[in-house]
Amino acid sequence: MKFSENWLREWVNPAISSDELVAQLTLLGLEVDDVTALGGLFSGVVVGEIVAIEQHPDADRLRVCQVAGGEEVVQVVCGAPNAALGLKTAFATVGAVLPGNFKIKKAKLRGQPSFGMLCSGEEIGLSSDADGIMELPADAPVGTPLAEYLGLDDTVIDIDITPNRSDCFSIRGVARDISARNDLPLAKTLQCEVSETSAAVQDVSVEPGSACVRYCGRVIEGVDNTKTTPLWMAERLRRGGVRPISPLVDVTNYVMLELGQPMHAFDRDRLSGAIRVRRAAAKEPVKLLDGRDIKLDDDTTVIADDSGVIGVAGIMGGDSTGCEAESRNVFLESALFLPEMIAGRSRRYAMHTESGHRFERGVDPQLQREALDYATALILEICGGQAGPVTEVLEEPRLPVAEPILLRRERIERILGFVVPAEEVEILLSRLGVELSAHPEGWTATVPGYRYDLRIEVDLIEEIARVYGYDKLPDTQPVLSPTIRPVADLPGGIWRAREVLVERGFQEVVTYSFVDPQLHEALCPGVKALPLANPISTELAEMRLSLLPGLVSAFQRNVNRQIQDLRLFESGLRFLPGPEGLEQRKTLAGLISGRAAAEHWSGEAGQVDFYTMKGHLESVFNAVHAGAVTFTAAAQPGLHPGQSATVLVDGQACGVIGTLHPSLVKQLDLQQPAYVFEIDQEVLERDCLPAYEEISRFPSVRRDIAVLFDESTSMGDVERTVLQNAPGVLRKLVVFDIYRGEKIASGLKSVALGLILQDNSRTLDEGEVEKTVAGIIKVLEEKFGATLRM
Amino acid sequence: MPFPVFYLKDSFVSLDLTSVLAEAGSAIEGAADLRELDAVRVRYLGKKGVITDQLKAVGNLPKEEKPEAGKAINLAKREIAAKIEARVAELEQLAIEAELAAGRIDVTLAGRDVQQGGLHPVTLTTRRIVSLFSQLGFSVVEGPEVEDDYHNFEALNFTEHHPARAMHDTFFFEDGRLLRTHTSSVQIRHMESSPPPYRILVPGRVYRCDSDMTHTPMFHQVEGLLVDKNITFSDLTGHLRSFLEMFFDNADVEIRFRPSYFPFTEPSTEVDIKIKGGDWLEVLGAGMVHPNVFKAVGVDSEEYTGYAFGMGVERLAMLRYGVRDLRMFFENDMRFLSQFR
Repeated sequence: MKFSENWLREWVNPAISSDELVAQLTLLGLEVDDVTALGGLFSGVVVGEIVAIEQHPDADRLRVCQVAGGEEVVQVVCGAPNAALGLKTAFATVGAVLPGNFKIKKAKLRGQPSFGMLCSGEEIGLSSDADGIMELPADAPVGTPLAEYLGLDDTVIDIDITPNRSDCFSIRGVARDISARNDLPLAKTLQCEVSETSAAVQDVSVEPGSACVRYCGRVIEGVDNTKTTPLWMAERLRRGGVRPISPLVDVTNYVMLELGQPMHAFDRDRLSGAIRVRRAAAKEPVKLLDGRDIKLDDDTTVIADDSGVIGVAGIMGGDSTGCEAESRNVFLESALFLPEMIAGRSRRYAMHTESGHRFERGVDPQLQREALDYATALILEICGGQAGPVTEVLEEPRLPVAEPILLRRERIERILGFVVPAEEVEILLSRLGVELSAHPEGWTATVPGYRYDLRIEVDLIEEIARVYGYDKLPDTQPVLSPTIRPVADLPGGIWRAREVLVERGFQEVVTYSFVDPQLHEALCPGVKALPLANPISTELAEMRLSLLPGLVSAFQRNVNRQIQDLRLFESGLRFLPGPEGLEQRKTLAGLISGRAAAEHWSGEAGQVDFYTMKGHLESVFNAVHAGAVTFTAAAQPGLHPGQSATVLVDGQACGVIGTLHPSLVKQLDLQQPAYVFEIDQEVLERDCLPAYEEISRFPSVRRDIAVLFDESTSMGDVERTVLQNAPGVLRKLVVFDIYRGEKIASGLKSVALGLILQDNSRTLDEGEVEKTVAGIIKVLEEKFGATLRM
Repeated sequence: MPFPVFYLKDSFVSLDLTSVLAEAGSAIEGAADLRELDAVRVRYLGKKGVITDQLKAVGNLPKEEKPEAGKAINLAKREIAAKIEARVAELEQLAIEAELAAGRIDVTLAGRDVQQGGLHPVTLTTRRIVSLFSQLGFSVVEGPEVEDDYHNFEALNFTEHHPARAMHDTFFFEDGRLLRTHTSSVQIRHMESSPPPYRILVPGRVYRCDSDMTHTPMFHQVEGLLVDKNITFSDLTGHLRSFLEMFFDNADVEIRFRPSYFPFTEPSTEVDIKIKGGDWLEVLGAGMVHPNVFKAVGVDSEEYTGYAFGMGVERLAMLRYGVRDLRMFFENDMRFLSQFR
C-alpha cells in the first residue's frame, strides 16, 4: 500500500525523521518496499497556461502552443492530445531538470522552435499517468513553482502488508502501529457531523446467508459531480496510487484509503427499485465497471435491483449504475461483507480491486456508519447536496466477535524467552486498541473488531514482541540434551556415491522434475506420466518417470555449446504412477559421452563406451557395499537393444545401464553416442561392517587357458557358472583377452581365462591343480559347448 | 722418487719404469670409456702386458738385484691399477651423468588421467547448512514432493481461503494433489509419525508456478524444526544469528529480525542481512510453531514449544558465491557448474 507520509503524520506525528519512520514501519512488520521523496523529483517546473494554440505546420500530431508561466510567454511544441487553449498544466521551462537527470533545453521540433516542455504526471515522476499532459485546476496560480503548488514537501511510502494485517490497509491502521511504537495518541479527529436535510431513502433488503452482515446506505440529493476534486484530496489519492476521477468517486476512495472502508456510490437515478443484497444465481450475468461481461457462481454475493445484478458485493460495481459527471442524486453504500464469503472470488473472476482485497482480509465491523458519515460530510463540502437519513440493515448474530483472551505473564516469557515489564505490555497493547483487565495469571484481553488476526494468546504475545521490537530481544542458546547417534564404519548411501562419481570426474546437475512429454515419450515410450494441471509451459508439463530426459537435455544443451566430453549425474525423485498410487522413488542416474580422458600430449585418448560406464557404476556399487551386482542383457526403452542391461543387486532388478538409442541420438541431433545408467537409490543405502577373513599363508597358482565359445555366450554367465561348480580352491576367474578373427571359425570367439587357485591350509600340488583345471574345462564344455583351444 | 733403471738379461733394452708409468698414465686418462680403459688395463696389467712381462723377466736378473727390481715393478703395477680404478669411477660417474642428461623430461607437461568432477552448488550449499545445524544435533528428514493439500497447507494452518495460499502459486494435479510449495510439509509428516522432542532439518526441492528473472518454477529449501520443553523465540534468534555468521564466515554480518507473517508460526520473523551497498536482503523466514500446527499433529502446545525456519538454498548460494542470475542453477551449463569444484 502506497501512502503520503504527510497524511500519516496528520494522524500521528512522532518527532522522528522520514528515514526513522520508514525504519520503524519495517521493524513493525509493515515492510517498506519503496520510498519516493517528492521534493527532489524535479526543478524548474511551474504552473503554466496555454494561452494560444495552433496546429504545427509540418506535423499532424504536434501543436504549437504559447505558454505563460515563465518569465515571459514562450512558444512550446507539444504532442499531447489533451493540450487545449486555457489548460493549466505542468510547464518545464528551459533549464528545468526532470527525473532521470533529463535537462530541458531550447529545441526545434520539425522546424518550430520550442522553449520548454509541457509534462505528463509520469514525466515528472508523480504518477504513472502518461496519457497526456497534466490537467491542473483552473484556479491554479500561473507561474507558481509546481512543487510548491502541489505541496510536494512529502514522501510516498510503499509498504507490503502481510495477509494477517487487514487493519493496515488504511492510514489510520498504520497510524495505530506507529502510535503504539512511540506511545503517542492518534491526533486526528474526523469531521463526521452530517445534518440530514432530506428525507429521501433507498429501500434496501439483505438476504440472510449472504456475505453481507451490515449494510449502511444513504441518499444524497442534488450533488454537483462536475466540481473539481480539491487539490489536496487529488494529491493524496495520487500519492496513494489512485487516479482521481470525479469528486464522488474520489471521496469514496479517499475514505477507503484513510479508514479502510471500501464504499460505492450509485447513481440513484439509474437504480430501478429496491437494492437487494443476495446470493447470485448460478451463471447469473453481470457487466462490470471495467466493461467485461462475466457469469457468476452461486457462492458469490451480489448487489441487485429490479434490473438485475448491479455489482459484485465487496469487489466491483456494475457498469449500469455507476456515477458519472452528470449524476445529481447518489446512493452511498458502506457495507460489511464477511471475509470468508469474499475470499477467492476476486481471483476466480480475475477482478483484483482495492475493495475486494480489503474485504477478503477483513474490514472493521464497526466502521461502516462512521465511514458513511465521513464520506457524506466530504461530499456535501465538495459537491453540495442534501443528505438523507442512514439506512442500516444489520444481521447482528453474524457480526465477527472476538472472545476475550487470557494473556498469561508466564506464557509471554515462555514463548519469547525474556520478560517484558507488565506496564510495557499494558501500554503497547492498549495503544493497539486492546482492552486489558486484570486476571490472577495476567490479563483478560478484549481485542478491537478491526484486528481479525488477534484470536488466541500467542497472537497477543506476537504483538508484544513486534511493537516492543524484535531488535530488543536477546539472542540465547537453548540447553539441548545431547544424544550420541549411530555412525557406520564404512558408510554407504547417496553421499558416498556422490563422492565416488565426483572423484571419477562426474559433475552433478539439477534438472527440473517436470519434463517435456515428447522427450518422455522418446525415452519411456508407452508409460503414462503424471501431468500437471497448470504447467508453466508445454515443455515442463509432466512429472518425470526417469531422470534420463533431464540428463539428455543437459547433455544436448552442452553439446550445443561445444562441450563434448561430459560426465553428468543427478540424484532426485522420479514419479511412477501405478495401480497402488503414485510412487516417488529416489533415483540416481548418470550420463557420459565423449573422450575417456582429457586430451593428452602422449596420444589420442579413446572414447568412452558401455564398459566405461559399467566401470563407473560398479565402482559406485563397490563404494557403498551393495550386495552381489549382476548385469543381464535386456533391451531397455530408449536404449540400444544390443547394448543395454538390467542391473541387479542380490538378484533384485534395481536399474538399467546402456547406450542411448542411436535413433534418439540422431533425432535430438546429439552428434555423439552417450551412455547412461539409472538406479534406485535404495540399494545404495547400506552401511557396512568390514567382514574379516583369515588370509592364506600358502602361495596361489595361476593357470591360463584359451577357450572357444559361441559368440552369443555371456561371460557373466560363464563366470557365475564356473564359480558355482568349481571346488573352493578356485579363488578367481579373469577374462584377460578376447580374440575373433582368421584363426578361428566365424561365429566363435576365443576367450583367454586366468584361473587363480589357492587353499588356506596347504600348498596346492601339481596334480590337484591339473585336476581342478580339467574339471573347469569340463564344466565349460558341458554347460556352454565350449572347446579348449590348443 | 725416480725409478732405477734395470738392464734385463733377455731384453735388448732396459726398462725405464718412469716412462712406462707416464705412458700408462696418459693412456688411462685418454680412455674415453670403460671399454678403452679395459684395453689399457690389458696392455699393461694383462697376462701378456708390459708389467707382467717385466715381472716374469725379473727371474733372469742376478740374484742380488731381484728383490729391488721386483719391488719396484710391483710398485709401478699398483700405481697403474690405482689409476685405472680412479678412472673407472670417473667414467662411471660420467656415464650416469650422460644417462641423466638423456633422461631429462619437461615436468611442466600435463599429468595423465586427471579427474575432477564436482557437486552442484545447490548440493554444496545444502550440505553446508546441514553440517552447521548438525552440530546442534539436527538430523536430516525427507519427504514426498507430490503432496496433498492437508500436509502442504491445512495442517500448517492455511485455512481454505487463506490469502497466503494465493501467494504460494501452487502447481496442482487433476486429483487435487499438488507439488509441495515448501518443505514445511515434511514437518507435519515427521511430527505425525513420532513423539516430541524434534530436532530435524528437511532439505529438498519445492515448486512455485512462477518463472521470470528472479523466480524459477523449482528451487530448494532447507526447513528446520526444533521442538522441546524449553524453546523460546530468543533461542530462535540466537541460533539463526550464529548460523548466519558461520554460513557467511563473517562474525560481523549485520542481521535484522523483522516481524512477518506465516500461518504456521507465531511470532513470525523474516531475517534480513545487510549486503554490499547497504541494502537489506531477506535470507530466511522463521517463527515459533503455531499452536494450531501442534494441534493438527497431536502435540500439546502447553507442554512443548518450538521454532521452525525455512531458507531458500539458491538465495544463500547466490549470496555466498556471488551468482547474480538464479536461472544459472538450472541451466546445467558446464562452464558454470565446473566453477564449484
